[in-house]
Amino acid sequence: MTEITKSSDQVRRLTSAVMTSLTALCTLLAIGILLVILTYIAWQGIGSLSLRFLIDSPHPVGEGGGIGNAILGSVVLLALSSAFGLPIGIAVGIYLSEVGKGRLAGAVRFLVDTLTGIPSIVTGVFVYAILVLPMKQFSAFAGGVALALIMIPIVARTTEEMLRLVPHSLREGALALGAPQWRVTMGVILPATASGIATGAMLAIARVSGETAPLLFTAFGSRFFSTYLDRPIASLTVQIYNYAISPYDDWHAQAWAATLVLMTLILGINIIVRFLTRKRF
Amino acid sequence: MSGVMMTKLPVQTAPKIEVRERQQPTTPSQTDSGKTKVAVRDLNFFYGRSQALHNISIEIPERIVMAFIGPSGCGKSTFLRTLNRMNDVIPATRVEGKVLIDDRDIYAAGTDVVALRRRVGMVFQKSNPFPKSIFDNVAYGLRINRLTGSSSELAGRVEEALKDAALWSEVKDRLKTSALSLSGGQQQRLCIARALAIRPEVLLMDEPASALDPIATSKIEELIFDLKKQYTIIIVTHNMQQAARVSDTTAFFLLGKLIEVNPTEKMFTAPNEKLTEDYITGRFG
Repeated sequence: MTEITKSSDQVRRLTSAVMTSLTALCTLLAIGILLVILTYIAWQGIGSLSLRFLIDSPHPVGEGGGIGNAILGSVVLLALSSAFGLPIGIAVGIYLSEVGKGRLAGAVRFLVDTLTGIPSIVTGVFVYAILVLPMKQFSAFAGGVALALIMIPIVARTTEEMLRLVPHSLREGALALGAPQWRVTMGVILPATASGIATGAMLAIARVSGETAPLLFTAFGSRFFSTYLDRPIASLTVQIYNYAISPYDDWHAQAWAATLVLMTLILGINIIVRFLTRKRF
Repeated sequence: MSGVMMTKLPVQTAPKIEVRERQQPTTPSQTDSGKTKVAVRDLNFFYGRSQALHNISIEIPERIVMAFIGPSGCGKSTFLRTLNRMNDVIPATRVEGKVLIDDRDIYAAGTDVVALRRRVGMVFQKSNPFPKSIFDNVAYGLRINRLTGSSSELAGRVEEALKDAALWSEVKDRLKTSALSLSGGQQQRLCIARALAIRPEVLLMDEPASALDPIATSKIEELIFDLKKQYTIIIVTHNMQQAARVSDTTAFFLLGKLIEVNPTEKMFTAPNEKLTEDYITGRFG
């Protein structure tokens, strides 16, 4: 009896030790890869980085130039896509959590999940077909729509999940005071989870800020400063892509620097997200 | 704990007896007592296919405290929630029968549920303050129902409700702070204040003190006793001593059926039904 106990005890400890070190190893690997990527980009990119690089527009090869227009373009595209994508995504999330019941809500949820899985290049081609072809022009507007289509399902699902975290007792408490459904949602439930929804929104923005494929067919890219919504517009990702596939070392270096800028931008958004979530009521 | 209760008992029982003598009946017909506030006729309630309440009929007079007792899952809370149609929010539920409040059937077609809930307030088992300031919590019902004309009137009503809920002195200097910073007992009294602010006619309380310590509980019980002067109070409780302390009339539920309704004193000393006696003496449940 005691022998059995003793040996099974040893097996258990050994299993436990092996599994713990395995998880630790995998964690180290994941973090390590991330750190290697980050340091490599920083190491490659920092050399070409300067204030001038951040505010200047592209010049011909060998004459310097910068990515100011691409930064501006990315900001315009993100603002556009947020303006379309966030309200719709949040509204869909509210529908899924608060309003929709039964089969229709189930169907909507399934479609939203499917939409999340659509490759972004497909979204780009789709927007190319429905907006760029009829307008006979690549445009910032089309780029914003393409990014918004990618944002909507992400925002919808995070909003739904955040709203579901709000205890049911809060809804009942408000209803019991004679509040109509829409006032419960707008006045109690949404404010109770505002930081959570903001987090979802920021993560969606961070996600699309790294998208390249859907912009190739829509916003197209530009070598000039532009804020016209009906004209092609530059973006960091497309600029990086164009420079990276070029045969020039000078542009390769600029692509690395632009990548560093993009990474910093996404990092910044994520830091804002962390800040928002920490400040809970 | 018992010290607190003992000192309070005589104070609470004294005025109760008069009320009890006025309203005698075991049966739902109330003739010689105060006006009937809530009358329930043959109420059946279903969660999907399973029936939770069977043929409940009861009359609840104005300005008394009615306690519902019974073991877990006997339908007390479900029944309480039919009185302000709170069960409407649960999918796949169905109600048969009538619930008359001031002789109007609240399940009749065309009933304004929002207006009903304004008249029939509710305090829940788990305190559920909104993640807003103390002031905004109490003001919530007043604001959404547009019950006050000016901000000074609003502040007045909030103060009054907090005083009625015996919370004013503890929070008057920090009305702008988060309601979630209050203790459990304070949060529950805040929820009572929130319900009182819109001046309902009937106040439903679903085990309002079950998660509170004895001191907070005794505060809430005192409060219930005071509130009876203005409101009709229906309280669900697991705690039979509590039912005995606060209520005028007690109703005993078992397996979705209303077994007995009697003045509280009679219920706890000489109940009509064997089942009631078995439950009260702790033979089951």
